[in-house]
Amino acid sequence: MERTNTLSIQQSRDSEFIREVEEESGQSVSKCYQCGNCMASCVYTFAYDYPVTQIMRLIQLGQRDSVLKSDAIWLCANCQACTTRCPNNIDVAQVMETLRIMSRKEHTVSQPDIQAFYDEFLRSVKTFGRVFETGLLPVYNFRAKKPFTDLDLAPRLLKKGKLTFFPAMVKKRQKIAEIFEVVKRDRFSKDGKTRPEAHSAKTDS
Amino acid sequence: MKRVAYYKGCSLEGLAAEYDRSTRLVCEAFGIELVEIPDWNCCGSTPAHSYDPLLSAALAGRNLAIAADQGCEMVMSPCPGCLKSLKGAQETCEDPKLRKPFVDLVGRDVDGMKTVSLLQLLYEEVGPEALQKAVRRPLTGHTLIPYYGCLLTRPAQKAKFDDPENPVSLDRLLEATGAAVPDFPYKTECCGATYGVTRNDFVGRLSGRILDMAERLGGEAIVVACPLCQQNLDMRQDQINKYRSSAFHLPVPYISQVLGLALGMSPKMLGLDKLCVSPDILLEDRTQDREAQGSAG
Repeated sequence: MERTNTLSIQQSRDSEFIREVEEESGQSVSKCYQCGNCMASCVYTFAYDYPVTQIMRLIQLGQRDSVLKSDAIWLCANCQACTTRCPNNIDVAQVMETLRIMSRKEHTVSQPDIQAFYDEFLRSVKTFGRVFETGLLPVYNFRAKKPFTDLDLAPRLLKKGKLTFFPAMVKKRQKIAEIFEVVKRDRFSKDGKTRPEAHSAKTDS
Repeated sequence: MKRVAYYKGCSLEGLAAEYDRSTRLVCEAFGIELVEIPDWNCCGSTPAHSYDPLLSAALAGRNLAIAADQGCEMVMSPCPGCLKSLKGAQETCEDPKLRKPFVDLVGRDVDGMKTVSLLQLLYEEVGPEALQKAVRRPLTGHTLIPYYGCLLTRPAQKAKFDDPENPVSLDRLLEATGAAVPDFPYKTECCGATYGVTRNDFVGRLSGRILDMAERLGGEAIVVACPLCQQNLDMRQDQINKYRSSAFHLPVPYISQVLGLALGMSPKMLGLDKLCVSPDILLEDRTQDREAQGSAG
Protein backbone atom coordinates (compact mmCIF):
# COMPACT_ATOMS: atom_id res chain seq x y z
CA MET A 1 0.00 0.00 0.00
CA GLU A 2 1.15 3.56 -0.74
CA ARG A 3 0.91 5.88 2.25
CA THR A 4 -0.43 9.35 1.69
CA ASN A 5 2.41 11.82 1.53
CA THR A 6 1.22 14.41 4.02
CA LEU A 7 3.91 16.90 2.97
CA SER A 8 2.55 17.14 -0.54
CA ILE A 9 -1.08 16.48 0.30
CA GLN A 10 -2.33 19.47 -1.69
CA GLN A 11 -0.89 18.01 -4.88
CA SER A 12 -2.83 14.80 -4.53
CA ARG A 13 -6.06 16.60 -3.62
CA ASP A 14 -9.12 15.94 -5.74
CA SER A 15 -11.71 18.50 -4.71
CA GLU A 16 -14.54 16.60 -6.43
CA PHE A 17 -13.99 13.48 -4.36
CA ILE A 18 -15.85 14.47 -1.19
CA ARG A 19 -18.79 15.75 -3.25
CA GLU A 20 -19.00 12.43 -5.12
CA VAL A 21 -18.83 10.39 -1.91
CA GLU A 22 -21.48 12.54 -0.25
CA GLU A 23 -23.80 12.32 -3.25
CA GLU A 24 -23.44 8.59 -3.73
CA SER A 25 -23.73 7.71 -0.04
CA GLY A 26 -26.26 10.37 0.96
CA GLN A 27 -24.08 11.07 4.00
CA SER A 28 -22.46 14.33 5.14
CA VAL A 29 -18.85 13.29 5.47
CA SER A 30 -17.96 16.97 6.08
CA LYS A 31 -19.67 16.72 9.48
CA CYS A 32 -17.00 14.34 10.79
CA TYR A 33 -14.94 16.05 13.47
CA GLN A 34 -12.55 13.17 14.09
CA CYS A 35 -13.79 12.04 17.51
CA GLY A 36 -12.54 8.51 16.81
CA ASN A 37 -15.65 6.68 18.02
CA CYS A 38 -15.89 4.71 14.77
CA MET A 39 -12.26 3.63 14.94
CA ALA A 40 -12.57 2.60 18.59
CA SER A 41 -15.75 0.60 17.85
CA CYS A 42 -14.38 -1.12 14.77
CA VAL A 43 -13.19 -4.66 15.49
CA TYR A 44 -11.27 -4.70 12.19
CA THR A 45 -9.03 -1.72 12.99
CA PHE A 46 -6.19 -4.18 13.69
CA ALA A 47 -6.22 -5.23 10.03
CA TYR A 48 -6.75 -1.82 8.38
CA ASP A 49 -4.05 0.27 6.74
CA TYR A 50 -6.02 3.42 7.61
CA PRO A 51 -8.38 3.25 10.60
CA VAL A 52 -11.88 4.35 9.62
CA THR A 53 -11.51 7.78 11.29
CA GLN A 54 -8.58 8.44 8.96
CA ILE A 55 -10.57 7.24 5.96
CA MET A 56 -13.18 9.88 6.84
CA ARG A 57 -10.47 12.56 7.11
CA LEU A 58 -8.82 11.48 3.85
CA ILE A 59 -12.18 11.88 2.08
CA GLN A 60 -12.45 15.40 3.48
CA LEU A 61 -8.94 16.08 2.18
CA GLY A 62 -9.85 14.80 -1.29
CA GLN A 63 -7.36 11.93 -1.26
CA ARG A 64 -9.15 9.79 -3.82
CA ASP A 65 -6.28 7.41 -4.57
CA SER A 66 -5.33 6.65 -0.99
CA VAL A 67 -8.95 5.97 -0.06
CA LEU A 68 -10.05 3.94 -3.05
CA LYS A 69 -6.88 1.83 -3.01
CA SER A 70 -6.97 1.24 0.74
CA ASP A 71 -7.19 -2.18 2.34
CA ALA A 72 -9.59 -0.78 4.93
CA ILE A 73 -12.60 -0.32 2.66
CA TRP A 74 -12.42 -3.96 1.55
CA LEU A 75 -11.80 -5.40 5.02
CA CYS A 76 -14.83 -3.64 6.51
CA ALA A 77 -17.50 -6.24 7.34
CA ASN A 78 -20.35 -3.73 7.37
CA CYS A 79 -21.14 -4.65 11.01
CA GLN A 80 -22.65 -1.21 11.74
CA ALA A 81 -20.75 -0.53 14.98
CA CYS A 82 -19.36 2.75 13.56
CA THR A 83 -22.77 3.86 12.29
CA THR A 84 -24.39 3.06 15.63
CA ARG A 85 -21.91 5.17 17.58
CA CYS A 86 -21.28 8.20 15.36
CA PRO A 87 -22.28 11.29 17.37
CA ASN A 88 -23.00 13.17 14.11
CA ASN A 89 -25.34 10.47 12.84
CA ILE A 90 -23.16 9.76 9.84
CA ASP A 91 -23.87 6.30 8.46
CA VAL A 92 -20.17 5.47 8.34
CA ALA A 93 -20.77 1.88 7.19
CA GLN A 94 -22.75 3.29 4.25
CA VAL A 95 -19.81 5.56 3.39
CA MET A 96 -17.48 2.53 3.41
CA GLU A 97 -19.96 0.70 1.18
CA THR A 98 -20.03 3.61 -1.26
CA LEU A 99 -16.23 3.57 -1.35
CA ARG A 100 -16.23 -0.15 -2.19
CA ILE A 101 -18.62 0.46 -5.05
CA MET A 102 -16.48 3.37 -6.30
CA SER A 103 -13.29 1.34 -6.08
CA ARG A 104 -14.93 -1.44 -8.12
CA LYS A 105 -15.91 1.04 -10.80
CA GLU A 106 -12.43 2.54 -10.86
CA HIS A 107 -10.72 -0.87 -10.76
CA THR A 108 -8.69 -0.10 -7.64
CA VAL A 109 -9.87 -3.00 -5.45
CA SER A 110 -7.06 -3.77 -3.00
CA GLN A 111 -8.21 -7.31 -2.11
CA PRO A 112 -8.58 -9.32 -5.33
CA ASP A 113 -9.44 -12.55 -3.54
CA ILE A 114 -12.35 -10.96 -1.67
CA GLN A 115 -13.57 -9.52 -4.95
CA ALA A 116 -13.20 -12.97 -6.53
CA PHE A 117 -15.31 -14.50 -3.76
CA TYR A 118 -18.03 -11.86 -4.24
CA ASP A 119 -17.92 -12.29 -8.02
CA GLU A 120 -18.36 -16.05 -7.75
CA PHE A 121 -21.21 -15.53 -5.32
CA LEU A 122 -22.98 -13.22 -7.76
CA ARG A 123 -22.30 -15.56 -10.65
CA SER A 124 -24.00 -18.33 -8.68
CA VAL A 125 -27.03 -16.08 -8.03
CA LYS A 126 -27.20 -15.02 -11.68
CA THR A 127 -27.00 -18.63 -12.88
CA PHE A 128 -29.25 -20.42 -10.42
CA GLY A 129 -31.20 -17.62 -8.79
CA ARG A 130 -29.85 -18.84 -5.46
CA VAL A 131 -26.43 -19.39 -3.96
CA PHE A 132 -25.04 -22.87 -4.34
CA GLU A 133 -22.81 -23.07 -1.24
CA THR A 134 -21.08 -26.34 -2.09
CA GLY A 135 -20.30 -25.23 -5.63
CA LEU A 136 -19.09 -21.77 -4.69
CA LEU A 137 -16.09 -22.77 -2.62
CA PRO A 138 -14.10 -24.90 -5.10
CA VAL A 139 -14.36 -22.18 -7.76
CA TYR A 140 -13.23 -19.55 -5.27
CA ASN A 141 -10.35 -21.77 -4.10
CA PHE A 142 -9.23 -22.12 -7.68
CA ARG A 143 -9.52 -18.43 -8.54
CA ALA A 144 -7.90 -17.23 -5.31
CA LYS A 145 -5.18 -19.88 -5.64
CA LYS A 146 -5.97 -21.19 -2.15
CA PRO A 147 -6.97 -24.79 -2.98
CA PHE A 148 -7.23 -26.00 0.61
CA THR A 149 -9.62 -23.39 1.99
CA ASP A 150 -12.11 -25.07 4.35
CA LEU A 151 -11.19 -28.55 3.16
CA ASP A 152 -10.87 -29.47 6.85
CA LEU A 153 -14.61 -28.90 7.26
CA ALA A 154 -15.68 -31.31 4.53
CA PRO A 155 -15.61 -34.70 6.34
CA ARG A 156 -17.74 -33.47 9.23
CA LEU A 157 -20.23 -31.67 7.01
CA LEU A 158 -20.54 -34.75 4.84
CA LYS A 159 -21.24 -36.87 7.88
CA LYS A 160 -23.88 -34.41 9.07
CA GLY A 161 -25.48 -34.50 5.63
CA LYS A 162 -25.02 -30.77 5.29
CA LEU A 163 -23.42 -30.62 1.87
CA THR A 164 -25.79 -30.34 -1.05
CA PHE A 165 -24.55 -31.59 -4.39
CA PHE A 166 -27.13 -30.06 -6.66
CA PRO A 167 -27.96 -26.39 -6.83
CA ALA A 168 -31.50 -25.33 -5.93
CA MET A 169 -32.80 -23.44 -8.91
CA VAL A 170 -35.33 -20.67 -9.24
CA LYS A 171 -37.87 -21.37 -12.00
CA LYS A 172 -37.81 -17.83 -13.32
CA ARG A 173 -34.01 -17.68 -13.58
CA GLN A 174 -34.40 -15.62 -16.71
CA LYS A 175 -35.91 -12.81 -14.63
CA ILE A 176 -32.94 -12.86 -12.23
CA ALA A 177 -30.43 -12.77 -15.09
CA GLU A 178 -32.39 -9.86 -16.54
CA ILE A 179 -32.07 -7.89 -13.27
CA PHE A 180 -28.30 -8.38 -13.47
CA GLU A 181 -28.18 -7.27 -17.11
CA VAL A 182 -30.27 -4.13 -16.60
CA VAL A 183 -28.32 -3.04 -13.52
CA LYS A 184 -25.02 -3.60 -15.34
CA ARG A 185 -26.20 -1.69 -18.40
CA ASP A 186 -27.40 1.33 -16.39
CA ARG A 187 -24.33 1.30 -14.21
CA PHE A 188 -22.02 1.94 -17.11
CA SER A 189 -24.23 4.28 -19.07
CA LYS A 190 -23.36 7.91 -19.81
CA ASP A 191 -20.06 8.83 -18.18
CA GLY A 192 -19.11 5.20 -17.73
CA LYS A 193 -18.71 5.72 -14.01
CA THR A 194 -21.99 6.29 -12.27
CA ARG A 195 -25.68 5.94 -12.88
CA PRO A 196 -27.13 9.24 -14.11
CA GLU A 197 -29.95 9.46 -11.55
CA ALA A 198 -27.51 8.87 -8.69
CA HIS A 199 -25.49 11.85 -9.93
CA SER A 200 -28.37 14.26 -9.71
CA ALA A 201 -29.29 13.10 -6.19
CA LYS A 202 -29.00 15.74 -3.51
CA THR A 203 -27.55 15.13 -0.06
CA ASP A 204 -29.42 16.52 2.88
CA SER A 205 -26.56 18.70 4.06
CA MET B 1 -53.96 -17.99 12.66
CA LYS B 2 -51.56 -15.27 11.67
CA ARG B 3 -50.31 -15.50 8.08
CA VAL B 4 -46.74 -14.43 7.49
CA ALA B 5 -44.74 -14.67 4.27
CA TYR B 6 -41.59 -16.69 4.89
CA TYR B 7 -38.34 -15.75 3.16
CA LYS B 8 -35.86 -18.33 4.35
CA GLY B 9 -32.85 -17.47 2.23
CA CYS B 10 -30.13 -19.69 0.75
CA SER B 11 -28.34 -20.61 4.00
CA LEU B 12 -31.47 -22.23 5.39
CA GLU B 13 -31.58 -24.47 2.36
CA GLY B 14 -28.01 -25.67 2.90
CA LEU B 15 -25.79 -25.40 5.95
CA ALA B 16 -28.58 -24.04 8.16
CA ALA B 17 -31.33 -26.53 7.21
CA GLU B 18 -32.02 -27.21 10.89
CA TYR B 19 -32.75 -23.51 11.43
CA ASP B 20 -35.46 -23.76 8.77
CA ARG B 21 -36.92 -26.92 10.22
CA SER B 22 -37.03 -25.67 13.82
CA THR B 23 -38.36 -22.24 12.78
CA ARG B 24 -41.33 -23.86 11.05
CA LEU B 25 -42.05 -26.07 14.06
CA VAL B 26 -41.92 -23.28 16.62
CA CYS B 27 -44.05 -20.91 14.54
CA GLU B 28 -46.61 -23.63 13.98
CA ALA B 29 -46.75 -24.33 17.71
CA PHE B 30 -47.71 -20.71 18.31
CA GLY B 31 -50.31 -20.57 15.56
CA ILE B 32 -48.24 -18.57 13.10
CA GLU B 33 -48.73 -19.78 9.53
CA LEU B 34 -45.56 -19.38 7.50
CA VAL B 35 -46.19 -19.11 3.78
CA GLU B 36 -42.95 -19.75 1.94
CA ILE B 37 -42.54 -17.21 -0.85
CA PRO B 38 -42.99 -19.22 -4.07
CA ASP B 39 -39.95 -19.34 -6.37
CA TRP B 40 -37.99 -17.03 -4.06
CA ASN B 41 -34.48 -15.99 -5.09
CA CYS B 42 -31.25 -15.03 -3.29
CA CYS B 43 -31.11 -11.48 -1.87
CA GLY B 44 -27.59 -11.05 -3.22
CA SER B 45 -26.23 -10.49 0.29
CA THR B 46 -22.99 -8.49 0.76
CA PRO B 47 -21.65 -9.17 -2.77
CA ALA B 48 -24.71 -7.50 -4.35
CA HIS B 49 -24.80 -4.36 -2.26
CA SER B 50 -21.08 -3.80 -2.56
CA TYR B 51 -21.53 -4.01 -6.35
CA ASP B 52 -24.58 -1.83 -6.81
CA PRO B 53 -27.35 -0.86 -4.37
CA LEU B 54 -29.98 -1.25 -7.09
CA LEU B 55 -28.91 -4.84 -7.76
CA SER B 56 -29.34 -5.66 -4.08
CA ALA B 57 -32.69 -3.84 -3.92
CA ALA B 58 -34.07 -5.54 -7.04
CA LEU B 59 -32.94 -9.05 -6.04
CA ALA B 60 -34.42 -8.72 -2.55
CA GLY B 61 -37.37 -6.70 -3.85
CA ARG B 62 -38.53 -9.43 -6.24
CA ASN B 63 -39.27 -11.59 -3.19
CA LEU B 64 -41.22 -8.80 -1.48
CA ALA B 65 -43.19 -8.29 -4.68
CA ILE B 66 -44.15 -11.98 -4.83
CA ALA B 67 -45.17 -11.87 -1.14
CA ALA B 68 -47.28 -8.77 -1.82
CA ASP B 69 -48.95 -10.55 -4.77
CA GLN B 70 -49.82 -13.38 -2.38
CA GLY B 71 -51.63 -10.90 -0.16
CA CYS B 72 -49.11 -11.01 2.69
CA GLU B 73 -48.39 -7.79 4.55
CA MET B 74 -45.67 -9.18 6.76
CA VAL B 75 -42.50 -10.94 5.64
CA MET B 76 -40.28 -12.80 8.08
CA SER B 77 -36.71 -13.80 7.40
CA PRO B 78 -34.70 -15.80 9.96
CA CYS B 79 -31.47 -14.49 8.37
CA PRO B 80 -30.46 -10.97 9.46
CA GLY B 81 -28.42 -10.53 6.26
CA CYS B 82 -31.45 -11.29 4.08
CA LEU B 83 -33.57 -9.05 6.28
CA LYS B 84 -31.19 -6.14 5.80
CA SER B 85 -31.47 -6.61 2.02
CA LEU B 86 -35.28 -6.71 2.23
CA LYS B 87 -35.27 -3.50 4.22
CA GLY B 88 -32.86 -1.98 1.69
CA ALA B 89 -35.37 -2.86 -1.05
CA GLN B 90 -38.16 -1.11 0.86
CA GLU B 91 -35.98 2.00 1.25
CA THR B 92 -35.13 1.98 -2.44
CA CYS B 93 -38.80 1.72 -3.32
CA GLU B 94 -39.52 4.81 -1.21
CA ASP B 95 -36.61 6.78 -2.68
CA PRO B 96 -38.07 9.21 -5.25
CA LYS B 97 -34.99 8.89 -7.48
CA LEU B 98 -34.80 5.10 -7.45
CA ARG B 99 -38.48 4.19 -7.23
CA LYS B 100 -38.99 4.02 -10.99
CA PRO B 101 -35.96 1.85 -11.87
CA PHE B 102 -36.83 -0.37 -8.89
CA VAL B 103 -40.47 -0.83 -9.89
CA ASP B 104 -39.43 -1.43 -13.51
CA LEU B 105 -37.14 -4.24 -12.38
CA VAL B 106 -39.40 -6.04 -9.91
CA GLY B 107 -42.73 -5.31 -11.56
CA ARG B 108 -44.53 -3.50 -8.73
CA ASP B 109 -44.09 -1.37 -5.63
CA VAL B 110 -43.65 -2.95 -2.22
CA ASP B 111 -45.17 -0.15 -0.13
CA GLY B 112 -46.57 -0.83 3.31
CA MET B 113 -44.96 -4.23 3.85
CA LYS B 114 -43.60 -5.07 7.29
CA THR B 115 -40.34 -7.00 7.33
CA VAL B 116 -39.22 -8.71 10.53
CA SER B 117 -36.66 -11.17 11.85
CA LEU B 118 -37.68 -14.46 13.46
CA LEU B 119 -36.65 -12.96 16.81
CA GLN B 120 -38.90 -9.92 16.32
CA LEU B 121 -41.81 -12.12 15.20
CA LEU B 122 -41.49 -14.39 18.24
CA TYR B 123 -40.96 -11.49 20.63
CA GLU B 124 -43.83 -9.35 19.36
CA GLU B 125 -46.36 -11.95 18.24
CA VAL B 126 -45.76 -14.52 20.99
CA GLY B 127 -43.79 -12.80 23.75
CA PRO B 128 -42.04 -14.10 26.88
CA GLU B 129 -45.24 -14.54 28.90
CA ALA B 130 -47.07 -16.77 26.41
CA LEU B 131 -43.84 -18.67 25.86
CA GLN B 132 -43.38 -19.26 29.57
CA LYS B 133 -46.90 -20.72 29.78
CA ALA B 134 -46.20 -23.07 26.88
CA VAL B 135 -42.93 -24.48 28.28
CA ARG B 136 -43.11 -28.27 28.76
CA ARG B 137 -39.44 -29.01 29.34
CA PRO B 138 -38.00 -26.14 31.41
CA LEU B 139 -34.33 -25.36 30.89
CA THR B 140 -33.97 -24.54 34.58
CA GLY B 141 -30.41 -25.02 35.79
CA HIS B 142 -28.89 -24.36 32.35
CA THR B 143 -26.93 -21.22 31.52
CA LEU B 144 -27.54 -19.81 28.04
CA ILE B 145 -25.64 -16.99 26.38
CA PRO B 146 -27.74 -14.66 24.21
CA TYR B 147 -25.79 -13.60 21.12
CA TYR B 148 -27.49 -11.26 18.64
CA GLY B 149 -24.66 -10.54 16.24
CA CYS B 150 -24.18 -7.29 14.41
CA LEU B 151 -27.20 -6.97 12.10
CA LEU B 152 -30.19 -8.19 14.08
CA THR B 153 -30.85 -4.79 15.66
CA ARG B 154 -28.60 -2.56 13.55
CA PRO B 155 -28.48 -0.10 11.97
CA ALA B 156 -31.20 1.18 14.31
CA GLN B 157 -32.92 3.34 11.67
CA LYS B 158 -33.45 0.30 9.48
CA ALA B 159 -33.97 -2.47 12.05
CA LYS B 160 -36.51 -0.50 14.11
CA PHE B 161 -36.46 -3.22 16.74
CA ASP B 162 -35.02 -3.50 20.24
CA ASP B 163 -31.88 -1.57 21.21
CA PRO B 164 -28.93 -1.36 18.80
CA GLU B 165 -26.32 -1.50 21.57
CA ASN B 166 -27.95 -3.52 24.30
CA PRO B 167 -30.82 -5.57 22.89
CA VAL B 168 -32.79 -7.68 25.40
CA SER B 169 -35.50 -9.49 23.40
CA LEU B 170 -33.51 -12.70 23.07
CA ASP B 171 -32.54 -12.51 26.76
CA ARG B 172 -36.22 -12.26 27.74
CA LEU B 173 -37.29 -15.17 25.54
CA LEU B 174 -34.51 -17.39 26.86
CA GLU B 175 -35.32 -16.47 30.46
CA ALA B 176 -38.90 -17.59 29.81
CA THR B 177 -37.60 -21.13 29.25
CA GLY B 178 -36.33 -21.15 32.84
CA ALA B 179 -32.67 -20.90 31.87
CA ALA B 180 -30.19 -18.57 33.55
CA VAL B 181 -29.21 -15.83 31.09
CA PRO B 182 -26.14 -13.81 32.08
CA ASP B 183 -25.61 -10.27 30.85
CA PHE B 184 -23.43 -10.85 27.81
CA PRO B 185 -21.19 -7.89 27.00
CA TYR B 186 -20.42 -9.10 23.45
CA LYS B 187 -24.06 -9.43 22.38
CA THR B 188 -23.67 -7.34 19.26
CA GLU B 189 -19.93 -7.73 18.55
CA CYS B 190 -19.12 -8.93 15.03
CA CYS B 191 -18.32 -12.65 14.65
CA GLY B 192 -16.14 -12.17 11.57
CA ALA B 193 -19.02 -12.28 9.10
CA THR B 194 -18.20 -13.54 5.62
CA TYR B 195 -14.46 -13.65 6.36
CA GLY B 196 -14.65 -17.31 7.35
CA VAL B 197 -13.63 -18.17 3.81
CA THR B 198 -11.44 -15.27 2.73
CA ARG B 199 -9.75 -14.22 6.01
CA ASN B 200 -10.13 -17.16 8.34
CA ASP B 201 -7.86 -15.62 11.00
CA PHE B 202 -10.38 -12.76 11.43
CA VAL B 203 -12.98 -15.30 12.50
CA GLY B 204 -10.42 -16.99 14.75
CA ARG B 205 -9.85 -13.69 16.46
CA LEU B 206 -13.39 -12.28 16.63
CA SER B 207 -15.46 -15.41 17.13
CA GLY B 208 -12.73 -16.64 19.46
CA ARG B 209 -13.30 -13.62 21.65
CA ILE B 210 -17.05 -14.32 21.77
CA LEU B 211 -16.54 -17.99 22.69
CA ASP B 212 -14.03 -16.97 25.35
CA MET B 213 -16.39 -14.50 27.01
CA ALA B 214 -19.28 -16.97 26.83
CA GLU B 215 -17.17 -19.60 28.56
CA ARG B 216 -15.98 -17.18 31.24
CA LEU B 217 -19.60 -16.37 32.06
CA GLY B 218 -20.30 -20.05 32.63
CA GLY B 219 -22.34 -20.44 29.46
CA GLU B 220 -23.24 -23.95 28.36
CA ALA B 221 -24.43 -22.83 24.95
CA ILE B 222 -24.47 -19.70 22.83
CA VAL B 223 -27.92 -19.12 21.39
CA VAL B 224 -27.98 -17.38 18.01
CA ALA B 225 -30.49 -16.10 15.47
CA CYS B 226 -28.23 -15.79 12.42
CA PRO B 227 -26.98 -18.59 10.13
CA LEU B 228 -23.64 -16.88 9.53
CA CYS B 229 -22.92 -16.30 13.23
CA GLN B 230 -23.86 -19.94 13.80
CA GLN B 231 -21.47 -21.20 11.12
CA ASN B 232 -18.60 -19.12 12.42
CA LEU B 233 -19.08 -20.07 16.06
CA ASP B 234 -20.02 -23.73 15.60
CA MET B 235 -18.79 -25.12 12.27
CA ARG B 236 -15.54 -23.16 12.57
CA GLN B 237 -15.01 -23.81 16.30
CA ASP B 238 -12.20 -26.28 15.57
CA GLN B 239 -10.52 -23.76 13.27
CA ILE B 240 -10.85 -21.15 16.03
CA ASN B 241 -9.36 -23.56 18.58
CA LYS B 242 -6.44 -24.17 16.26
CA TYR B 243 -5.93 -20.44 15.72
CA ARG B 244 -6.05 -19.63 19.44
CA SER B 245 -4.60 -22.90 20.76
CA SER B 246 -7.77 -23.14 22.84
CA ALA B 247 -10.14 -25.99 23.62
CA PHE B 248 -13.62 -24.48 23.39
CA HIS B 249 -16.45 -26.95 23.28
CA LEU B 250 -19.54 -24.78 23.29
CA PRO B 251 -22.68 -25.78 21.40
CA VAL B 252 -24.28 -23.01 19.32
CA PRO B 253 -27.97 -23.80 18.80
CA TYR B 254 -30.45 -21.56 17.03
CA ILE B 255 -33.10 -19.71 19.04
CA SER B 256 -35.79 -21.81 17.36
CA GLN B 257 -34.08 -25.04 18.43
CA VAL B 258 -33.81 -23.93 22.05
CA LEU B 259 -37.39 -22.72 22.22
CA GLY B 260 -38.57 -25.91 20.49
CA LEU B 261 -36.72 -27.94 23.08
CA ALA B 262 -38.38 -26.00 25.89
CA LEU B 263 -41.76 -26.58 24.24
CA GLY B 264 -41.09 -30.30 24.52
CA MET B 265 -40.31 -31.05 20.87
CA SER B 266 -37.99 -33.90 20.01
CA PRO B 267 -34.29 -33.00 19.58
CA LYS B 268 -34.20 -35.03 16.39
CA MET B 269 -37.09 -33.12 14.83
CA LEU B 270 -35.42 -29.85 15.73
CA GLY B 271 -32.24 -31.01 14.00
CA LEU B 272 -30.06 -30.72 17.11
CA ASP B 273 -27.94 -33.58 15.76
CA LYS B 274 -27.00 -31.37 12.80
CA LEU B 275 -24.93 -29.01 14.94
CA CYS B 276 -21.17 -29.58 14.81
CA VAL B 277 -20.64 -29.24 18.57
CA SER B 278 -23.13 -31.56 20.24
CA PRO B 279 -25.78 -29.68 22.27
CA ASP B 280 -26.71 -32.81 24.27
CA ILE B 281 -25.77 -31.08 27.51
CA LEU B 282 -29.00 -29.07 27.13
CA LEU B 283 -31.05 -32.27 27.29
CA GLU B 284 -30.06 -32.91 30.90
CA ASP B 285 -33.04 -32.40 33.16
CA ARG B 286 -31.86 -30.26 36.05
CA THR B 287 -35.22 -29.18 37.42
CA GLN B 288 -34.90 -31.73 40.26
CA ASP B 289 -31.38 -30.51 41.21
CA ARG B 290 -32.75 -27.01 41.47
CA GLU B 291 -35.60 -28.04 43.75
CA ALA B 292 -33.25 -30.10 45.91
CA GLN B 293 -30.90 -27.14 46.12
CA GLY B 294 -33.78 -24.84 46.98
CA SER B 295 -35.02 -27.01 49.85
CA ALA B 296 -31.48 -27.52 51.17
CA GLY B 297 -30.72 -23.79 51.07
